[in-house]
Amino acid sequence: MIGRILEKIERIHFLLFALLILALPLVLGRFDAGDYYISVLVLAGINSIVVVGLNLLMGYAGQISLGHAAFFGVGAYSSAIVTTNFGLSPLLGFALSIGLNAVIAYFLAEPILKLKGHYLAMATLGMGMIFSALFSNLPITGGSEGISVAKLHLLGYVMNSRDLKEINYYYFTWIVTLVLVYLALNLVDSRVGRALRAIHSSEVAAHSIGVNIAHYKTQVFVLSAIYAGIGGSIFAHYSTFLCPPDFGLNYSIRLVTMGVIGGMSSIWGGLLGASILSMLPQFLDIFAECDILIYGLVLILAIIFMPQGISKAIGGCWKKIRQGPVIR
Amino acid sequence: MLKKPPSFFGKGGGGIFQIGSSNESSKLMNFADQLLQYLVNGITNGGIYALIALGFTIIYKSTDIINFAQGEFVMLGAVFMSTFYQHAHMNLAVSFGLAVLTVAIIGILMEVLMIRPLQESSVVTQIMATIGASIFFRGTVMVIWGRHDQFVPFFSPGEPYRFFSAILDRQYVWILALALLAMGGLHLFYEKTLYGKAMTACAANKKASSLVGINVQTMVVLSFGFSAALGAIAGGALAPFGMKYDTGVTYGLKGFCAAIVGGLGNNVGAIVGGFVLGVVEELGAGLISSSYKNAISFCILLAVLLMRPQGILFIRSGERV
Repeated sequence: MIGRILEKIERIHFLLFALLILALPLVLGRFDAGDYYISVLVLAGINSIVVVGLNLLMGYAGQISLGHAAFFGVGAYSSAIVTTNFGLSPLLGFALSIGLNAVIAYFLAEPILKLKGHYLAMATLGMGMIFSALFSNLPITGGSEGISVAKLHLLGYVMNSRDLKEINYYYFTWIVTLVLVYLALNLVDSRVGRALRAIHSSEVAAHSIGVNIAHYKTQVFVLSAIYAGIGGSIFAHYSTFLCPPDFGLNYSIRLVTMGVIGGMSSIWGGLLGASILSMLPQFLDIFAECDILIYGLVLILAIIFMPQGISKAIGGCWKKIRQGPVIR
Repeated sequence: MLKKPPSFFGKGGGGIFQIGSSNESSKLMNFADQLLQYLVNGITNGGIYALIALGFTIIYKSTDIINFAQGEFVMLGAVFMSTFYQHAHMNLAVSFGLAVLTVAIIGILMEVLMIRPLQESSVVTQIMATIGASIFFRGTVMVIWGRHDQFVPFFSPGEPYRFFSAILDRQYVWILALALLAMGGLHLFYEKTLYGKAMTACAANKKASSLVGINVQTMVVLSFGFSAALGAIAGGALAPFGMKYDTGVTYGLKGFCAAIVGGLGNNVGAIVGGFVLGVVEELGAGLISSSYKNAISFCILLAVLLMRPQGILFIRSGERV
């Protein structure tokens, strides 16, 4: 009974959020700089996809990855190569992005996910660095000179044409994001989600009650790689030009930062963190040269004072308010 | 915020040649000569990597934290040294010493202000905090010193030495000498002094150490100081080649690879790992392709992690990986 009600509340949250996202451009359109805000929100949507996938891996299954930019890059370059080098449909690009990431992640998962803690962090970081060296040296990716990507044509529409001012791409990105978020929300409430949480809290205990640890770890690693790949493909068609530094350690770390700041053990936390950190650099622009410094400072303070992330911090406050003042 | 990873011994700095570049002189060198040159360069890089790896190891042993800001200590060492030399007009030795001291204090402050509140947090949180610190250091240096390389003159200017057929830059000799001195000093400290023995005891078992009256907190502070100082020594030795705010990242990552290759939490391993990584990387870059130099170190890292996570040395580390 209580489960049912909670489920409904979760669905209502999701519906409200979807409505908010769909209505936002109508409000922003009234501002002068509306287009600019919408383009920032597109990036927020792309980052949200990747971070939600990463949260499934890190927050739910408890496996660190400091190399997810590799999958993001594989996705982006898949789309670029399929549409630009071969002139094929972008949908094939998306398919290749998903397929390739799934295969790569599947074969990497077994050896890498045997490691734990710092060792896993290091191995995934190494994986990311190797991929980023490949992106900047392989002839097919255009090397360090980069590669240009065609705009996205879907159902006869150009999604990001000049006169439509990003609105189309905003809806495309966020509808994909909403679908993926919905899938993730369902997943964490399922048998799989419970298994992942069990692995997170104790691998030995999970194993002893019959959870196939290696199997689930591989699955969630592949899933998070696919999320990153989809994000990468959307990014490729949005930015229309790819160069290797976009897919390096820098981005991997930003992704984890988004997860940590938003709250890793919740899908909403991932969305929140990705949105905040995608917008933060735009606000930090006013600090000009000091932006990196302040970015680092914000990160340190957020981690010291909200180690569970913003979503948990807000949740905690809400609980306190509802319970009223503590009577001693 | 890794921009383009700077090539090791980046731009600037006179008298540095690029091995693996296709200029005429390197083609004329015969294979054995080339090999010797790679070895010389590799061992020099290895000295630097070993110092950084030692820094990682010392902090890891005392707090179980991997300090991602280790590379920034290297950068800070070089930047402070150049400031003391260029702006305060001190001589090279004094500015080197002061730079090491300053960075050690920064390391201690980092422990007191940031690491201590996070002692009970998860691995991810701690990693992210040290990454935050490294971003903060980089940002601060960029604001104060700008985006340019900071230099000091070569410690002993002059023609490079020749070691058989290999060219041995004078600064390389300084780098190796300083690295060996630092390692020797650290060894003496650990073996001969009471504080050193207390630190070893803390690394082995914190509870037991505090029961016999060792102040564990002091030892953690000391380990951050030492680790930062080791990074700064590496930075000072590299300062003549120029360093700017984002140069430290690559060094930090390489030092990290070295620490893992030698077996995390093992001082001897860190040193061996540093030299092994330096030589293998240089050989790989020279014989395969210099553009894959970074990838080669990380391939070594992955290979070691997957096949011998306890490190290449035959020492039991006790921790199950």
